[in-house]
Amino acid sequence: MFDIVIIGAGIIGTMLARQLSFYHLKTAVVERNSDVADGTSMANSAIVHTGYDPEDGTLKAQLNAEGARMYPSLLQQLHCHHKNTGAFIAACGKKEEEHLTILRQRADQRGIPYRVLDGDQARKEEPHLSDAVTKVIDFYTTEVIYPWEAALRCMENAVNNGTKLYLNTEVTGIEKTDTGYRIISNDMTLDTAMVINCAGVNAPLIHDMIDSHRDYEIIPRKGEYYVLDHDCQPVRHIIFPVPGPAGKGVLAVPTVYGNTLIGPNALECDRDDVSTTSQGLQAVRVAITKTLKDIPMNHNIRTFAGIRATSSRHDFIIEEVRSAPGFIDVAGIESPGLASAPAIVSKIVHDFVEPYLHPHMNESASHTVEPPVIMNELSMEQQNEMIRRNPLYGKIVCRCENVSEQEIIDCMHRPVPATTIKGVKKRVRPGMGRCQGGFCQPYVLRILAQQNGKKKTEICMDEPGSCILVKENRL
Amino acid sequence: MMQKYYDAVVIGAGCAGLAAAAALRKNGVADVLILEKDEETGGILNQCIHNGFGLTTFAQQMSGPSFAERFHDQAVEAGVMFRTGVMVTQIHSDRTIVCCSKEEGVVQLQAGVIILAVGCYERNSGAIAIPGDRPAGVITAGLAQKYLNMDGMMVGNRVFILGSGDIGLIMARRMTLEGAQVLGVAEVMPYSNGLPRNIQQCLKDYDIPLYLSHTVTGVHGKRRLEGIDLSQVDENRNPIPGTERYIACDTLLLSVGLIPENHLGDACGIPMDPATRGPKVDESYMTEIPGIFACGNGLHVHDLADYAAHQGTLAGNGAAAYLQNGQNLSNRVSVTAGHQIGYVVPSYLHTENLPKTVELYFRVKQPLEHVQIIIRSSQKIIRTIEKEHVIPSEMEMVILAGKMLDGLQDSLVVEVKPL
Repeated sequence: MFDIVIIGAGIIGTMLARQLSFYHLKTAVVERNSDVADGTSMANSAIVHTGYDPEDGTLKAQLNAEGARMYPSLLQQLHCHHKNTGAFIAACGKKEEEHLTILRQRADQRGIPYRVLDGDQARKEEPHLSDAVTKVIDFYTTEVIYPWEAALRCMENAVNNGTKLYLNTEVTGIEKTDTGYRIISNDMTLDTAMVINCAGVNAPLIHDMIDSHRDYEIIPRKGEYYVLDHDCQPVRHIIFPVPGPAGKGVLAVPTVYGNTLIGPNALECDRDDVSTTSQGLQAVRVAITKTLKDIPMNHNIRTFAGIRATSSRHDFIIEEVRSAPGFIDVAGIESPGLASAPAIVSKIVHDFVEPYLHPHMNESASHTVEPPVIMNELSMEQQNEMIRRNPLYGKIVCRCENVSEQEIIDCMHRPVPATTIKGVKKRVRPGMGRCQGGFCQPYVLRILAQQNGKKKTEICMDEPGSCILVKENRL
Repeated sequence: MMQKYYDAVVIGAGCAGLAAAAALRKNGVADVLILEKDEETGGILNQCIHNGFGLTTFAQQMSGPSFAERFHDQAVEAGVMFRTGVMVTQIHSDRTIVCCSKEEGVVQLQAGVIILAVGCYERNSGAIAIPGDRPAGVITAGLAQKYLNMDGMMVGNRVFILGSGDIGLIMARRMTLEGAQVLGVAEVMPYSNGLPRNIQQCLKDYDIPLYLSHTVTGVHGKRRLEGIDLSQVDENRNPIPGTERYIACDTLLLSVGLIPENHLGDACGIPMDPATRGPKVDESYMTEIPGIFACGNGLHVHDLADYAAHQGTLAGNGAAAYLQNGQNLSNRVSVTAGHQIGYVVPSYLHTENLPKTVELYFRVKQPLEHVQIIIRSSQKIIRTIEKEHVIPSEMEMVILAGKMLDGLQDSLVVEVKPL
């Protein structure tokens, strides 16, 4: 019997699991995918927006600025990567400049710092900025993070504090019981007092398992991106166009590891459709030329699409299901969901969990996790000390991203271990570079097989069934 | 930190690097070290177990591993020092090298000259941005070759191939022989990008269709690949709506080009030629950073390994001469790709420093028949060569006597014109 079951191990589910692990609560997280942060939390712009954008009176406005202020200490506690890039909102012409005035007023009211540059000043700092740009606001405290690293470290922290994580576990039904709810999945059931529905684009499916009167819709909207190699780095700041009705527009984002994201567009799609389209990618290439010129798109090393969960209310939905006490919907967490996540989690705990379960803090719970060894970030002396202790730290397997064999082994033995090619890629980066795994994938696959006592043909790209190799050849 | 000094350090022990190292020693350079990231020398040749190597070098047909072994043996005989399992992580313009291995950890070396023989990597699905899903089963041909020939593992059963590059053609035959069904090869251009002998021996001999002016416009499958959309393209390489057809397959091999692997050179600030994506070099194969040389597929992608190895020898000779005599860099003229030429290597010549012969390597942009290759400086014709046909998949090489270039003032242009 659990006190709380969280459905969905995205950034909200994992961050909530960590927060709840500081209490005397028995918590479980169930996730249908093979890894944490495999959906929307994996494929997004990775930005901690400061909170100038959401309209007054919305939950987004309230939670974004608050969440952004909570990030620095959270990232520090969990040893997560982040980069203070600032964010240029680039206006082209008088009409767009008027919209900047609205953003400035909101920022002033919300205490968000910024500076204003004219087009030429801005182009000095960002030479690729288009000649049509006449004015820029720089929200200079804006940061980019590595969203799945944040989710992963949160989950690891929670697991170390006793939270149970069930991966590859798709919820197929929920029943009311005398003491709460019974969560039914493919191969097990979990009884719990509370349920927190953090299922992202699938939140309506989970809701409908317990209540037939849902008064919101979640509209999945796909965003397609290009990833540029870290050999070009055309921008230092995040470059936004002036936001429009379809969202924040197509951006250029310098990521924490030096890659550049160009995207996203916004297309309504099916819940599980993360395919890219030639029209969509073409639209991204065209749209970016509004704010930027001469972007070296030929340095593209990957394209991907992610899904945003846009709610019919155009705001976050964080509420108890009326007919189901203790069953909380956390839905419609689209941008600025990542930035708001710490504040969303606090709100869930404060508004729903504490009044419902009256939990006591667990003073012995840890608020941090042991960071992994990252050879690339050590001095030469430190690297050599590590290699003396374990020579496999000196065996570089991925030359694009400089990753050693032992770092790859390490990530298979963490509290939330990597079990797939993609799981390793997300954690320690082999396959993230320009060769996209062309050289390192056989090494990673061999290490996965060895460390898990599996056959090479059993090693998957990500979800079960996504094997890389189909059979052993005759000898 | 103590830095060990070597007269010459060659990075990469494929055939080009091995040949370069041997040439350095044969020219009397004392301490020549070759660094190789794999545990064995040979580079990508180790996975090329097919025949066809060595014809121009050894006048016999050999497999990739035996071809590489010859160069390994020559380097050993010449007295080259080897260090394998060592990854070079940085080079600097002062010719210091940072490398890392299990045995020695992170070490800094100082070299008199550096020769980059780093090979190339495959353009992959990320770079060509095929629209659709991103399932397992979409894999570069060279990676599939490595799994099959080095690890004994098959990557699929029903295979379609995008791109008619040589590795894709070789893998079409190889996977057929291992029991896979190879359904076809699509090439976006109206002509093949592979060598004619491979089209014959790897496709035609096995009745594998080659779809020219076709490309893959869709990838389907949530987990493992289930099928692709094959579409015809127009003369501008844009897919023609209505021509798409679905082909069920579990594997899509990509053979869509090779790119010189130059992250070391890039980070060191070596200027690159955007056409080859390798360093710009002179007649000695020296980059624009003095004392750093480049050769083989890390300089530009060759059609045959024989030529990559030959270029290694030339770079070794050039580097040895630079070490021993320095270079007269006073009069520099550029070498440029003229009409219908995709690229030319080297990028420039120092006319006071020319060896007895200068070799120009280049590729034409499209197949042409009855042509004249013209090498001229301003209006002065230096050499012409007539050819029945030229194709982009075959690298062209022209040898010029150094004295033909005496007194050269204007840039040297290579062009091809109809006869």
